[in-house]
Amino acid sequence: MLKIEDLHVSIKDREILKGVNLEVKAGEVHAIMGPNGTGKSTLASAIAGKSGYEVTQGNIWFKGKNLLDLSIEDRAREGVFIGFQYPVEIPGVSIANFMRTALNEVRKYRGLDPLNGAQFLKLMAEKQKVVELTDKLSTRSVNEGFSGGEKKRNEIFQMALLDPYLAVLDETDSGLDIDALRIVANGINHLRGADKSIIVITHYQRLLDYIVPDVVHVLFDGKIVMSGPKELALELEKRGYDWIKEEYEQGKL
Amino acid sequence: MRAFTQFVQQLYGANQSQYPDGGQVGIRAMRENALALFLQKELPDKHIQGWQQSVLNKKARTDYVQKLRPDPYRPLAEYFQCRVQDLHPTVLPVSNGWFISENQTVNVDEQGVITGSLFAAIRQYPDLVLPLLAHPNLEKENGLVALNEALFNDGVFVYIPDNVKVEVPMQIVSLMNTTDPLLVNNRHLIVLGNNAELSVIQCDDSIQKESTFSNNVSEIYLGENAHLHYYKTENKDAASMLLHHVFVHQKSYATFTSTAITFNAGYVCNSFHVNLNEPMAEAKLYGLYLVDKEQVCDNHIFINHAAPDCKSYQLYKGIMDDEASANFHGHILVAPDSQRTAAFQTNKNLLLTDKAHVTTKPFLEIYADDVQCSHGATVGQLDEEALYYLRTRGIGEAAANRLLMFAFANEIVQNVAIEALRDRLGNMVQHRLHGELNVCAQCMLNNNIVFPITLEE
Repeated sequence: MLKIEDLHVSIKDREILKGVNLEVKAGEVHAIMGPNGTGKSTLASAIAGKSGYEVTQGNIWFKGKNLLDLSIEDRAREGVFIGFQYPVEIPGVSIANFMRTALNEVRKYRGLDPLNGAQFLKLMAEKQKVVELTDKLSTRSVNEGFSGGEKKRNEIFQMALLDPYLAVLDETDSGLDIDALRIVANGINHLRGADKSIIVITHYQRLLDYIVPDVVHVLFDGKIVMSGPKELALELEKRGYDWIKEEYEQGKL
Repeated sequence: MRAFTQFVQQLYGANQSQYPDGGQVGIRAMRENALALFLQKELPDKHIQGWQQSVLNKKARTDYVQKLRPDPYRPLAEYFQCRVQDLHPTVLPVSNGWFISENQTVNVDEQGVITGSLFAAIRQYPDLVLPLLAHPNLEKENGLVALNEALFNDGVFVYIPDNVKVEVPMQIVSLMNTTDPLLVNNRHLIVLGNNAELSVIQCDDSIQKESTFSNNVSEIYLGENAHLHYYKTENKDAASMLLHHVFVHQKSYATFTSTAITFNAGYVCNSFHVNLNEPMAEAKLYGLYLVDKEQVCDNHIFINHAAPDCKSYQLYKGIMDDEASANFHGHILVAPDSQRTAAFQTNKNLLLTDKAHVTTKPFLEIYADDVQCSHGATVGQLDEEALYYLRTRGIGEAAANRLLMFAFANEIVQNVAIEALRDRLGNMVQHRLHGELNVCAQCMLNNNIVFPITLEE
């Protein structure tokens, strides 16, 4: 599904990612953990294609195509979804209009007919249930005046509608109370399937109680320095990241 | 004396015996007085606050002609149909500066609502019209208002008696249907009695390509607790100049809400001068200007808080493409005794190219101490973060741009209280942003064009 090879990314000439290698197979869920400022969000932005994130070396293979050759929108149309840590507010654009435009652009790219209004509304109602969002949602402006939890639920709702092959969720659990966390986790689990892959970027282990990962990676100083089974997340939760830092600095990792 | 001023002096001399006077001697004196003022003031130029950037003097020609009487009567429907679906307004048609009616008398309905030609009203109801006809402060205004008062031909008269709430909106359709370079000075007078309510839609359209100069004045008098919803839009040929000076005089508890949307014209100047003369009066002014090519749009707003406890709110937004330019000049004056005034003003602009231009001057002049006032202006490009967000969902760059531009513009359209009009204006804004100028220019004129299209398509 996704194969990242020796990825180096700089922002304004400062190298943030220093050779990331990562392979995520279809059907797998990977968690990427690590302390602040080690490049987790940069990795998500590089996969999305955000301007200002200069890839100086490496490749991002997705279903046989190098994402680095594609525009931001074409990456999304190929089936990559990025769940943002801080989703922007877009006053004046209703969620329904936004998502119908997005979905139909994706369908057009894949050679499918656009959904008409009734078809879209039916699909939207169905996906709203997944994240327990109310009907009022469709007329509201994207993220405008949403609470932190509502913004994250809106991200998962968009993911459910677009039904991507790969979802990269950047700290989707931050700022959520326990109920919102459960709802968001349910939404993510809803996407899981044999032909789908999910990368969960998180600080904390608690989301992983709900979304059990196949592999846990630790990103430190722009590289993946450790990978292991789901138990690694529990260990990180217990011991923190200082021991990783020490071992990394001693050259053990 | 500048060339245009000289031209006006000659034009007046040649045509004065034929200017209508409604059978009232006072009107000739009113014209003479206004002409003298115009010759002194001339067209506003860079020495006048707010007109520093104006292209008016550059664009004004000296070969205009006046139409001194109405064209032979033809029902409006023969050559014009506005197809805002489900609106069904009372249409008040004006063609080439003259009210169109078969018998040249005003219409009076069973509630006492009077509508029709201004000069017919002067003849039939002089006591109602004459005290409100001359501008109350002509010497304080710029030369354009004096020019109008000197040369004015016909216009629309609307009178709503006390306690009458008019349910059906009135639509003033001002058409230019000529190949001559016409100079038109329409004078509209709208009077609402105490507790009266009305919606007025002012539409200016051109049928031919013409280099006309319209310099119109509307005087609006609102009685106590009267409510006027005023909508103004235009679709003119790129060679035309359209200036409209709206003066509003409000008594206590009166409210005035306007939405002015500028789509198309060579030069458009929208000026609102609102006098909050008595306590608890309220004015809300919304504006949107979408200009491209070499179009120019000037917006002048003056809110005169002449009494305590009044409120005013302004939100004007503009999108400038190509080499278009716009001006926003907003002035709020709070008089010394106008305590507890609340006055807010915002102007936001999007520049789409390096050559597009906007000058924005929000301006507060406050002499009272217990007030709540704010003003602000922004000039910028589309929000990069929002564009990125839309694109990560699969929306292409061009569509994402349009979605954000429409969102920016739609904040103004959403204030239109009449649903059918709001939908149509929203639709026209979408077409305008797609660059479909021709379709847009025709849509008010052509009854065969329907717009089922939604943003996604």
